[in-house]
Amino acid sequence: MADRMADRTLTPTHPLADRRGLLATVADETAGAVRLELEAPVAAVDLRLDPRGTGPAAVAAAIGAALPSAPDTWTAHPTGAALRLGPDEWLLTSTAASAEDWEFHVDEVAAAHGGMAVDVSAQRTSLRVRGAARELLSFGCALDLRPASFPAGRCAQTLLGQSGVLLVAHDVDDLQILVRPSFAAYVADLLVDAAGELVPQPVP
Amino acid sequence: MQLIACPWCGPREEIEFSYGGQAHVAYPEHPASLTDEQWAHFVFFRDNPKGPFAERWSHSAGCRRWFTAVRDTRTHRFVSPPEMTS
Repeated sequence: MADRMADRTLTPTHPLADRRGLLATVADETAGAVRLELEAPVAAVDLRLDPRGTGPAAVAAAIGAALPSAPDTWTAHPTGAALRLGPDEWLLTSTAASAEDWEFHVDEVAAAHGGMAVDVSAQRTSLRVRGAARELLSFGCALDLRPASFPAGRCAQTLLGQSGVLLVAHDVDDLQILVRPSFAAYVADLLVDAAGELVPQPVP
Repeated sequence: MQLIACPWCGPREEIEFSYGGQAHVAYPEHPASLTDEQWAHFVFFRDNPKGPFAERWSHSAGCRRWFTAVRDTRTHRFVSPPEMTS
């Protein structure tokens, strides 16, 4: 009993872990046209910084790549991605650092330039849609997702069905959906349902 | 559905926005010195024009920023490009 009490380490699980099997069936049912995958959690901070000041350049130097300057775009840096969420707001993710270290690392630089960074690792969870991702998302998203208007390097906060999501374009056939954990099950079910429309029909 | 041009995100569906009422309603300089009637006018009384109306909008499902836009209440057309204000 005492031993069991002592070993109470909390291990993070993906909010959609119980739907892993369901998501995997989509690839089979659509004959590989759409593949839905869960992504491992990453460290993420929400960075607030005056875009006209010296802050963005300082943070860029600290993370090893320039922050995205245009609205609704993202750039990769050596250990993750930097997404522009607003005029003075960025989301910086890192696959290498722990959440605490990443927040400390970014906040240290941002604070010196009048900004701040807050750990939001637990705020979003990630789903990767490969294959006919744009066609699938268009069942629940009003954005023009054609590659010409939503090319790789774009990101957008918008609605997918009734849930707020952050869409990240990695490639023509590769989109990432960042969604609040409490809405993740809804979004997953919505996508599985919509994927039914992409099931190849037998020719009569 | 109507598209609203967010100054940051560009044109998005109306459902992504929330309405913030009349713009440019200044907070009273000395709230404590107002009579109840004057205070009620500040809190509750708003213009209801037939025509161009300056309004506050928030892109709550997108960049979460507030902006001021002028909308024609007869046609729902936004008559001037919205401006980003804090």
